[in-house]
Amino acid sequence: MPDTIRLRVSRYRPETDPTPHWQDYDVPLRRDWTILDGLNHIKNQLDTTLSFRWSCRMGICGSCGMTVDGEPLLTCGTFLSDYAPGPIRVEPLNNFPVIRDLVVDITDFITKLPRVKPWIIRDDELSLDDGEYLQTPEQLDAYKQFSMCINCMLCYSACPVYGLDPCFIGPAAVALAERYDLDSRDQGTKERIEFLVEPDGVYGCTLVGECTRACPKQVDPAAAIQRYKIKAAKASVLAFLLPRGAR
Amino acid sequence: MIRPRAEPFVWLLFSAGGVAAAVVLPVLALLFGLAIPLGWVDRPDHDQLLRILATPVAFVGLLGAFVVMLVHSAHRLRFTLYDGLQIKQRKTVAVLCYGGAVVGSIASFVVLRAVA
Repeated sequence: MPDTIRLRVSRYRPETDPTPHWQDYDVPLRRDWTILDGLNHIKNQLDTTLSFRWSCRMGICGSCGMTVDGEPLLTCGTFLSDYAPGPIRVEPLNNFPVIRDLVVDITDFITKLPRVKPWIIRDDELSLDDGEYLQTPEQLDAYKQFSMCINCMLCYSACPVYGLDPCFIGPAAVALAERYDLDSRDQGTKERIEFLVEPDGVYGCTLVGECTRACPKQVDPAAAIQRYKIKAAKASVLAFLLPRGAR
Repeated sequence: MIRPRAEPFVWLLFSAGGVAAAVVLPVLALLFGLAIPLGWVDRPDHDQLLRILATPVAFVGLLGAFVVMLVHSAHRLRFTLYDGLQIKQRKTVAVLCYGGAVVGSIASFVVLRAVA
């Protein structure tokens, strides 16, 4: 194995660069180093001007998502040695405006997320004296998969529908809506359907499935969207057929 | 309150069309493309096929399959035009695609009625 590997990093500093350009850095090729370790080596030893986001280094915070050799990946879970002899192209996530170097602006997602009401909604809130909301292991299992989302934005970067039409609500937001719908403590399904049945909701998805392939936490957002399409269609048919009081 | 939207109903027909196509077309292809030409089953004569078509179950079944499969293809074509070819006249594309499915459905009905 060679001693070093070349990282070809996309650089963009809006105050000086009219467009993004490539800059090459040679970093030590160590078996236990990830792409993020390589970027931190650049930042600490070679070029302090490089900007990128990171935090936990263990696939939990969802900050370090980037496009590595054309694929959206968490750089803390992607090893340099898997790309030897290199070079490795490191770019910001696709489908988002670039703020600087490898840092993208995810304001669009942050604006959309509350619209699916990703929190527990109750019709009848119990008082503290009534005790906690109990949940069986089976009830936990029903939504656990969808609760693993870390908002890393890899699914939005991979989604061609979101790339073509940024109005689309997107994979992670629907997966989180499904997470709360499936929670036995939640009673807010109807409110979420009311939003997700609208244009730019779930029916914008054409089931390409790239979101599920990109997801580093095996959330399967494509399945969440398909389930939501069925749920929203059923609710729409019932709303059409039933008298107003029975809906 | 869930506002009435066409999209969920169109999607249900699209899904039904996908299932119908997956179930019906391979059977027809096997039957009329291989089994009958190769003599695996007896060749049905024209009158025999017409008598089958004249039964209400066959008539309704075939018409239903044609309608949902036409909606299925219209839905796919709509997104191919909208996303693939970037024709962003959302309403025009939808009216043309689903309108084509409606015309095809009426034509299916007329043809089935004429021969049944």
